[in-house]
Amino acid sequence: MGRHVLLIEDEPNITEAMRFILARDGWTVSSHADGATAVNAVSRAKPDVVVLDVMLPGRSGYDILRDLRANPDTEALPVMMLTARGQVRDRERAESFGVSHFMTKPFSNREVLDTLNSLLGP
Amino acid sequence: MPRSALTGTRIRERRTLIGLKQAELARAVEISPSYLNLIEHNRRRIAGKLLAEIARELKVEVAQLTRGAEAELLDQLGQAAADLPQAGAELDRSDEFTGRFPGWAALVQAQHRRIQELQDRIEGLSDRLSHDPRLSSAMHEVLSKATAIRSAASILVETEDIDEAWRRRFHRNLHGDSLALAESAQALTSFLDSEDEARAEAGTPWEELELFLESQRFHFPALEEGGAAAAVLAEATELSPPARALARHYLERYRREAGMMPLAQVTAALGAGLPDPARIASELGLPVATVLRRLASAPQLPGQDPVGLVFCDGTGAIAMRKPTNGFLVPRTGHACPLWPVYEALASPGRPVARRLTHSSTAGMPVAAFAVAEPHWPYGAEGPCLSEAWMILLPQPETPRLRAMPVGSACRVCVLADCRARQEPSVMATGL
Repeated sequence: MGRHVLLIEDEPNITEAMRFILARDGWTVSSHADGATAVNAVSRAKPDVVVLDVMLPGRSGYDILRDLRANPDTEALPVMMLTARGQVRDRERAESFGVSHFMTKPFSNREVLDTLNSLLGP
Repeated sequence: MPRSALTGTRIRERRTLIGLKQAELARAVEISPSYLNLIEHNRRRIAGKLLAEIARELKVEVAQLTRGAEAELLDQLGQAAADLPQAGAELDRSDEFTGRFPGWAALVQAQHRRIQELQDRIEGLSDRLSHDPRLSSAMHEVLSKATAIRSAASILVETEDIDEAWRRRFHRNLHGDSLALAESAQALTSFLDSEDEARAEAGTPWEELELFLESQRFHFPALEEGGAAAAVLAEATELSPPARALARHYLERYRREAGMMPLAQVTAALGAGLPDPARIASELGLPVATVLRRLASAPQLPGQDPVGLVFCDGTGAIAMRKPTNGFLVPRTGHACPLWPVYEALASPGRPVARRLTHSSTAGMPVAAFAVAEPHWPYGAEGPCLSEAWMILLPQPETPRLRAMPVGSACRVCVLADCRARQEPSVMATGL
């Protein structure tokens, strides 16, 4: 079984495209679209890395990240956040919550692959 | 002196005390929430009939809401001094200052109010761009669709051995996302051009006039009964001198034309179905533009949308508008070249009637009537200056009559293959 990524993203076509490119790169991909239940989804799926959208129905990505960092089981889990807002304070906010990488939409498929691979190392 | 001593703040405090929402009070006195917001934040002066109506809704005497112009002047001077303490204004001598130099005191008051307005406007625009949840949501929607399109397009271009089923799937996604992107972008631009938000920020004299007219629902009962325009204008203390000059011209013409076409004739024409302004003008022996303005000045009839109004000068710039049924009119620059108001400008004096559908009215047809009035202010050897007026009457769908699709302005218009297009649309070229 390859490396496992959990996509927490409510835009189905983004999820589908990311699922396609990551699967071709050897990743095992699962997805979740609801912010309110995202933390439980991470606990259940036990991924190697999480891709987390900021604006989600039910709960913001920042709140989810904060909960993940407060849990000893997920405090070191690599999390890459996706956001449509690329302002400095958004990035600083994500960093203050312990984000591993912050990516602004629209991003390229290559950027996603390179970043996720670098987060897990060789 | 605390700002709470001001009339607008007292209205706000009283409204909050009795648990009335701003939108509810605005609806009760038939003004827009944005205008009431300006009043409550002391950015628009209030007096006369509207103040009486608000006092009645708030179940207080008018005197409880206002302490008179002199007291308000002292309040404003105190606020000005508090905002700039380093100036060292002699607060203990405010009474003496206003008594000995009322003109200078009024100037300080007016300038302080203008500074407040500008600061509020800057903060509002900045806040709107940074924190407005609707703008943020709209931007997120646009960028998410752009991301989905970019990812799918990259996959199709870069994956040479893609399975046929996946290829079809991504093509379908591209199609769906591109449509959604166009809708999201349109929603975003509509929001940025949104009337309610921007109307609260009058910047030009014409915008001030528009806000003033909107506060009265473009209808002046006193003028309908032959009252003096000056009396109405005296209550519009919020207007700057240039806006006041425009308002005087508008109100004096309103009074003259109310005598030429009494309100009973106006409401009868609107109550009898779709009016034909040219026919009415012919029957009454009036200029068509007078009939258009009178129809637009009528109070809203039960079960009917208000009559919309658009005014532009000979340059084509839209100077004033009265909204109806969401028919989007750009705030700056020229509007859609297909609007009859421009056709009318090309043939001054000839009425133009068209049925339109506008993307902002979700396909609801609108009957539009326009006419341009020529003027020769420099005499026969000088240039002819034209002003064009257009009214908009929302109408139920009538399948046998074809409606002309129009937009609000080229840059935000989604109409494809438009022969009148003057610049590319951001809807077509992308953001």
